[in-house]
Amino acid sequence: MSIGHALLGLLETGPRHGYDLKRVYDERFGQDRPLAYGQVYSTLSRLLRNGLVEERGVEAGGGPDRKRYAITDAGVTDVSSWLVTPEKPEIYLQSALYTKVVLALMSGRDAEDVLDAQRRAHLGAMRELTQRKQRGDLADQLICDHALFHLEADLRWLELTTARLADLGKEVMP
Amino acid sequence: MNEPLLRGVDLRKSFGQTPALDGAGMGVAAGEVVAVMGPSGSGKSTLLHCLAGIVPPDGGTVSYGDRDLTAMSDKERSALRRSEFGFVFQFGQLVPELSCIENVALPLRLGGAKRKAAEQAAREWLARLEVDQLADKRPGEVSGGQGQRVAVARALVTRPRVVFADEPTGALDSLNGEQVMRLLTATARETGAAVVLVTHEARVAAYSDREVIVRDGRTREPVVI
Ligand SMILES: Nc1ncnc2c1ncn2[C@@H]1O[C@H](COP(=O)(O)OP(=O)(O)O)[C@@H](O)[C@H]1O
Ligand SMILES: [Mg+2]
Repeated sequence: MSIGHALLGLLETGPRHGYDLKRVYDERFGQDRPLAYGQVYSTLSRLLRNGLVEERGVEAGGGPDRKRYAITDAGVTDVSSWLVTPEKPEIYLQSALYTKVVLALMSGRDAEDVLDAQRRAHLGAMRELTQRKQRGDLADQLICDHALFHLEADLRWLELTTARLADLGKEVMP
Repeated sequence: MNEPLLRGVDLRKSFGQTPALDGAGMGVAAGEVVAVMGPSGSGKSTLLHCLAGIVPPDGGTVSYGDRDLTAMSDKERSALRRSEFGFVFQFGQLVPELSCIENVALPLRLGGAKRKAAEQAAREWLARLEVDQLADKRPGEVSGGQGQRVAVARALVTRPRVVFADEPTGALDSLNGEQVMRLLTATARETGAAVVLVTHEARVAAYSDREVIVRDGRTREPVVI
């Protein structure tokens, strides 16, 4: 995730202090990973250098906390183009699991046990996410659903592979 | 796990030559939601029907508390089903000629309750399932998700000790399916009912406390690592 762009996006709703930006970011997007102050200020100084934000209304006293930042026209353009640039579709190749399944088959072990153990772990993770989703607000729900759909996709692969174990066994047996 | 309230052991059932169940077993404790998962045709529904006393198994036993379902007469079994069990299926379970509230009140009426008392209880359950505004509509006039919530209200109105749900979200889109699951599991947990939830969808099974996998008519034991 591009934190710089996310901060820029937040600044589009109005100028903010660095600590205020961190607070809003953590609340909306921080979920498990709140921003470090150092990261906020180093990102802001980079945005400043690149002319995407400007200082607005520095209070007396000095120190990074005193500065308010506002987005510039160049910053708005930058956010706009970032928003419509698609994220790279992630391709997960389950090579670790595939390797385990093949090795189990080659050694005459029960490959279903390998797949069952993985299914159990996946369902366990899905249960936790489902509970968290039910406790949380709409933002939590959307983020948990994203993770849930990904885990579900893995589980469908597990099912399909289970159904093909006999065929796979024939192929990999020496 | 607590002592199971309902337990099937070594269940066998064939339709003609094909064994649908070939030594399946599982238990469910009061207040527990157990997902029964597995591919299509693996025997999930047959397992549910045997556990619920709808279909007598060819072999094996089903016990409910200290009672043996498999040793009961048909009459005893259907009396037990009416008083202790609740059912939710994929679709087609509401009586189209009755309003939603009459549908929910129906199991109470069949149990001998007076119309007014039955409809009052039905209204409360419709409210718990967040569909009380549909009380006077016919099933044909409500959406799939709403109809399924009415069906859940009808399954729970008799305060069953065990709820059997066979693909209860199978005909719903994701959002409606999730809402039905949230309401079904939350209300079952509140009332301390045991739930046997048949589903092939992992996101639905994620509302359960644990899962049982059925494959080729057999339940798989968890691997102990
Ligand atoms: N009433 C029936 N008559 C004949 N065959 C049946 C009947 N019910 C189930 N079967 C067969 O038993 C097997 C298991 O079916 P079922 O329990 O419905 O599986 P699932 O619910 O997992 O899809 C399937 O091969 C199915 O065709
Ligand atoms: Mg079925």
